[in-house]
Amino acid sequence: MGDWVEACGVDDVEEEDVIRFDHDGRTFAIYRSPDDEFFATDGLCTHEKVHLADGLVMDDIIECPKHNGRFNYKTGAAKGAPVCVNLATYPVKVEAGRVLIQVG
Amino acid sequence: MATAVKTKRDYSLVGESTRIAIETGLASAEWYHTDLPRKAMKELMQRSDGPAIRDTIIWIAAIAGSAAGIIWFWGTWWVVPFLVVYGVLYGSSSDSRWHEGGHGTAFRTRWMNDVVYHIASFMVMRNPVQWRWSHARHHTDTIIVGRDAEIAVMRPPDLLRAALAFTGILDFRYSLPTLVRQAFGRLSEDEKSYIPEMEQHKAVIAARWHVAIYVATIALAIAMGSLLPLVLIGLPRLYGSWHMVLTGLLQHIGLADNVVDHRLNTRTVYMNPISRFIYWNMNYHVEHHMFPMVPYHALPRLHELIKHDLPAPNPSMWHAYREVWPVLLKQLRYEDYFLKRELPPTARPYRDEFHALTIPAAAE
Repeated sequence: MGDWVEACGVDDVEEEDVIRFDHDGRTFAIYRSPDDEFFATDGLCTHEKVHLADGLVMDDIIECPKHNGRFNYKTGAAKGAPVCVNLATYPVKVEAGRVLIQVG
Repeated sequence: MATAVKTKRDYSLVGESTRIAIETGLASAEWYHTDLPRKAMKELMQRSDGPAIRDTIIWIAAIAGSAAGIIWFWGTWWVVPFLVVYGVLYGSSSDSRWHEGGHGTAFRTRWMNDVVYHIASFMVMRNPVQWRWSHARHHTDTIIVGRDAEIAVMRPPDLLRAALAFTGILDFRYSLPTLVRQAFGRLSEDEKSYIPEMEQHKAVIAARWHVAIYVATIALAIAMGSLLPLVLIGLPRLYGSWHMVLTGLLQHIGLADNVVDHRLNTRTVYMNPISRFIYWNMNYHVEHHMFPMVPYHALPRLHELIKHDLPAPNPSMWHAYREVWPVLLKQLRYEDYFLKRELPPTARPYRDEFHALTIPAAAE
């Protein structure tokens, strides 16, 4: 089991949006869904290593800003070309207004 | 990072230029972007079905109406205007629908993008699987020699070839045999270089579907003893692709190659509303390459927000071609020559450290 790491405050992420979080030489994407839940995935697209935090969140989908590849950010599932490899996801919890992710 | 390719350009995707592009860091490089607040970017990226549904209804109605005119007036001279309209809709506007459907930005609803993408891919005679990947590469490595599979005019330019492109003959001669070859399960080394192995069988299946429709159309034409089925399916790619070439050639022609700033290798041209409808606003091409997430209908708004950081757009296609022509002539003798477009004083300068070896060849 990995450590829980504080990523951001709940107000740092707008609803249906994503921000970047860098930790220990790695980069993550922290999502806030339209129904106000938080999720975390690897920060880089599995296709061309572009930062997903510059992309677009639509419902439960994150779309990569470079080639429009889509992932379900809740499960990490790749939703078709040009992305073929799933995203890694990480457990998230909210405590005292802070968003924590468990990094593996 | 070095950017020059002083040896003769090798446009294959598995050759010497490919090796140089990878070794110098030009391949999959980080590209220049104009700074834009996240809030503005989010608004611009927002998807909506409305504009594309409206445009697609108009598009289908115009295709169906002009096709009906061709059938009705077949055998008379009155068929000519209907052929002109149908040809451009089939052979040219399919390119932009293929493009926007492929990016998945035209509609908010994914399946709508996919349906338009597959229909338009057939019309424009492109394997939908192959071209999805080639276009992804085009966005990763825009006009990087040896990497970009969609460089329309190579250097030194073949002007006869460029002129013939307006007739559709060359593209037709390339596209149809390519589909037939792929239908037999054979992908070229270039194609294999950008289509992942796990996707290659899908390219073969797609090619078989396309070829099957063409075979059925030919069979119908023989059975009817008439060219009409082929005039409606397939041949418009010949007689109607001139508008696609007219607008599409301007995207990158005469500008820099092997640079990582779309302001240096891509062109925005103001166009008339009819051409913009056919082309689905891809005349805002620097904006599209810099921010491919922005749907076609939001590109004019994006243009207004970032034009202070871009070279001035060409005010018309005529202006753009007049600008390009002398550059092409000079490239016949000196292929490193290109047009370096001036930035306004409000723009962040080009990063010469990235382009130091190619910039001296530019026409300022």
